[in-house]
Amino acid sequence: MESIDPDIASSRGVHQDPALLGLVFVGGCAGTAIRAALEDAAPAHGGWPWATFLINLVGAFLLAALLEVLGRGPDVGIRRRIRLGVGTGLLGGFTTYSTFAVEITGLGVASAIGYAVATVCLGVLAAAAGALFARRLGERA
Amino acid sequence: MIPVLVALGGGLGAVARFVFDSLVNRHRRGPIPWGTVMINVIGSFLLGLLTGALTHQMPGASPTVKAILGTGFCGGFTTFSTASVETFRLWEAGRRPSPETGGTQAPASGAQATAAGAPRAAAGARMAVAYAVLSLVGSAAAAFLGLGLSSL
Repeated sequence: MESIDPDIASSRGVHQDPALLGLVFVGGCAGTAIRAALEDAAPAHGGWPWATFLINLVGAFLLAALLEVLGRGPDVGIRRRIRLGVGTGLLGGFTTYSTFAVEITGLGVASAIGYAVATVCLGVLAAAAGALFARRLGERA
Repeated sequence: MIPVLVALGGGLGAVARFVFDSLVNRHRRGPIPWGTVMINVIGSFLLGLLTGALTHQMPGASPTVKAILGTGFCGGFTTFSTASVETFRLWEAGRRPSPETGGTQAPASGAQATAAGAPRAAAGARMAVAYAVLSLVGSAAAAFLGLGLSSL
C-alpha cells in the first residue's frame, strides 16, 4: 500500500544517500527560486496574498498528479529519483506553509479566516483534481 | 546574487525537511503523517520569529537576511503541496476496501458493500479533516507565537 506521506524515504537509509539528497537539494533550489520570483512579481502589500495562494494550489495539483503517475510502478530507480527531485524537492520547495501561516497573522480577522479556509479547502480539492486528472490520462493511454 | 542565495536557502530547507520527515516517520504509529505537521509548525514558528525580530528588534537589518532565511530556508522547509496530498490520501484511504475484509471477495450486493464501507469512509473523512485542521491551526498558532515572542 502506498504511504500517506510522499516525502518519506520508503526504505531505510534513502535519506542518507548523497545522490538522492542532492536531487532534493537541486529541486528545492529550483522550486524556491520560482516561488521567490513570483512573490517578487506580485507582492501582497497587506491585501489578499494572491501569489502564495496560487503557488500553493498549483503545487498541490501538480504534486498529486505527479505522485499518481509515479505510483503506477515500484518506487525504485528513475521513479524514486523523479519523486524526490521533482516531488519532494521542486514542488515541496515551490509551495510553502510558513509564508501562508505568517500571512494569516498579518490580515484582519475576516480576511485571515477567509484566506486560511479557502487555501486549505481548495488545496485538498486541487490535490484531488490532480490525482483524478492523472488517473484519467492513465486510463486513456 | 541575492536570488541565488534565496534559492540555496530553499534547497537546504528541502533537504532538512526530507531528512527530518524520514527520521520522524521511522517511529510513526498510525496513519497520520506527523512529520509534515511538525515541519510546518516548526517552520511557521521560525518564520514568525524571524519576521517579528526583523520588524521590532533589528529594523535596520537588511531585507536580504529575511529573503534568504525566510523565503528561502523556511519556505523550502515547509510545504503546502505535501500537506494537501496527504489530506487527500487520508480521505481516500477510507474509501478503499479494508485489507481485513479483503478486496478479493466480491460483495454480495452493492447496498451491502456500501453499508460495510460507510463507517470506514466516515473515519477516513474525519481523519482528513482532523489532519487539515491540526496543520492549519498549529501552523497559524506557531506563527503568532513566533511573532509575539520576538516583539517582546
